[in-house]
Amino acid sequence: MTTVTSGKSMTRASDSLDAAKLLDMLRMMMLIRRFEERTAQSFMQKQIGGFCHIYIGQEATAVGSIFALNPGDPVITAYRDHGHALARGMHPNHCMAEMFGKITGCAKGKGGSMHMFDRAHHMYGGHAIVGGQCPLGVGLAFATMYLGEEKVTVCYLGDGALNQGAFHEAMNLAAIWRLPIIFVVENNSYSMGTHIARGTSMANDLATKAHSYGMHYAECDGMDVLNTYDVFKPLADSVRGSTSKAMGVKEEKGIGPAFVNCKTYRFKGHSMSDPQKYRSKDEVAQFEQKDPINSLVNHLIERNHATQEQIEAMDERAKQIALDAVKFANESPFPGVEELYTDVYSQPFGPYKVGELPIMLRENP
Amino acid sequence: MTRELQFRDALREAMIEEMVRDERVFLMGEEVAEYNGAYKVSQGMLEQFGPRRIVDTPISETGFAGLGVGAAMYGLRPIIEFMSWSFCLVAADQIINNAPKMLYMSGGQFGCPIVFRGNNGAGGQLGSTHSWCVESMFATVPGLKVAIPSTPRDAKGLLKAAIRDNDPVFNLESERMLGLGARGDRDFSRYLHGKWAPPSVEEDSDFLIPFGVADVKKEGTDCTIVTAGRPVHFALEAAEHLEKEGINVEVIDCRTYRPLDIETIVRSVKKTNYCVVVDQCWPFASIASEIAMQIYERAMDDLDNKVIRVNNDDVPAAYSFPLEQEMLPHARKICEAVRSAMYVA
Repeated sequence: MTTVTSGKSMTRASDSLDAAKLLDMLRMMMLIRRFEERTAQSFMQKQIGGFCHIYIGQEATAVGSIFALNPGDPVITAYRDHGHALARGMHPNHCMAEMFGKITGCAKGKGGSMHMFDRAHHMYGGHAIVGGQCPLGVGLAFATMYLGEEKVTVCYLGDGALNQGAFHEAMNLAAIWRLPIIFVVENNSYSMGTHIARGTSMANDLATKAHSYGMHYAECDGMDVLNTYDVFKPLADSVRGSTSKAMGVKEEKGIGPAFVNCKTYRFKGHSMSDPQKYRSKDEVAQFEQKDPINSLVNHLIERNHATQEQIEAMDERAKQIALDAVKFANESPFPGVEELYTDVYSQPFGPYKVGELPIMLRENP
Repeated sequence: MTRELQFRDALREAMIEEMVRDERVFLMGEEVAEYNGAYKVSQGMLEQFGPRRIVDTPISETGFAGLGVGAAMYGLRPIIEFMSWSFCLVAADQIINNAPKMLYMSGGQFGCPIVFRGNNGAGGQLGSTHSWCVESMFATVPGLKVAIPSTPRDAKGLLKAAIRDNDPVFNLESERMLGLGARGDRDFSRYLHGKWAPPSVEEDSDFLIPFGVADVKKEGTDCTIVTAGRPVHFALEAAEHLEKEGINVEVIDCRTYRPLDIETIVRSVKKTNYCVVVDQCWPFASIASEIAMQIYERAMDDLDNKVIRVNNDDVPAAYSFPLEQEMLPHARKICEAVRSAMYVA
């Protein structure tokens, strides 16, 4: 039950990826990077309100794991969710428009930065209360098992969520019912300004968290998209479609749930208002040397999968898409005040009304 | 012919009928399966539906309440049983953040068709932590619907409607009521004659009581009593006493607090010109306060006195039997409130 996999000792799943797929991964990481730069800028310009958590530095984690999934596998995450939404296939325009509070946003401007939902792409949200998404992820996995579907749910959490009760209850339920779910700790070492060693027991050995629930454990270098993919691809295929005798089946399938410690680093502050007094500039600089995008670029160039010119053209394209997203968000209208009373109830009463689906779903149902 | 049916049987009938009708419905909670239900509400259901659809959980309310919300987002229709609503407090983030706000926060993409149900209210000498009345706390949350049945008939009709509803519903039951009806309605309250038992599945498989429709449990002319849930029985007991004094009260059972059928309440107040609101929550910022305010907003000129509230006493629920009984919004308090409202010395 307690296999440790690191992705390095096995035949690498990424070896079978062709150049086109690798370039897709790079394209997505570049898009997230350039998109997030525009997000931060738009926040500074007060076009984005509320809390805003930037994904820069962690791109390999979302991209390496989500590229290892099937399109219908449910994904759910916490509040630093722009990267997952884009990697899952959400159009950048609807992602940016949501942060601008516009009617063209994925949630018609009702959710904001921390609530990226995309039903067509099986993205079950961004959730803003730390750890609160873990039981929801277990519910998604339960539903796929209940319906007999061959799916794996991926539930992301930050290392700060490791100390929430909801996380532990979710781990326990997943384990006793062998649910097809992978809990992914995006371990960037900091829950806001608190280093993991100050807030989490056994911080230097997170395998103990998985093992205490009898759950499979794996870890990966979340700064390395290929290593992340190498760990997730075989793991997702083993977990997918798991069943349990506790739910009445005669023969159990799959390996049941798993827990992945994805070691990563955020290059920016916790949120846009973070002065970052809790870590040194040297520490940040050290991790910037391991930039996940540069690593994949070097890999591609070394293997002649791409030229420097192609890479630069791809980056220019990512910048343009991000700029277009800001333009789209800027030019979109705010929701009308009548939207206040829609989407409160599916079967409304009194002042409430049924809402129209977001334009995002009307274009891509 | 009146069916002899306990309150708990009515809840079970509702769940069984809806589970037979819709494969997506399942029941999950502590001791619901192998133990046959801590209060025998789910007795026999494991045998009928198997462990996939009648699911025993560990004592882990945050975990399984949240699981239900996630499963509902995916398209299932969970019934999540809390052994007591008092235990839901540890699952607050899941039931009042995630369940009611998912539709809104996702811009209409992910609804949450889920029923949370269980025992609510004091009366079993369980002390303060096990004696919560949650209706005032939760009826304030947009996105939720709150049902609070008082008879087996309403329990079945409301729960069936709740299971078919596409929004999250809190169904507030009471362990003090689960055994009511063991001998039919004859010895209970004559006002409920013919209104006690629901139809069987053979008689009506689609017996649904719509939300937001109050029921006049007893017609009267002199003073309106507005209530719901277990206090309906306190109000009917008071009605019997008052009848002997020549006071003919009208008892309105809201049946759902959200949505609230204020129209039926106002229509009655316009007829009687006096009103007492009875609610088993604590008085500060209570359901009773809200209903009183809504009556003032709509029928101020029809009132011949202020609206009087009868609530739990504003103290934690005590263990000692006489203390606990005195704390409840019982019949004597209701009688006093009605006399006071009507200027009867």
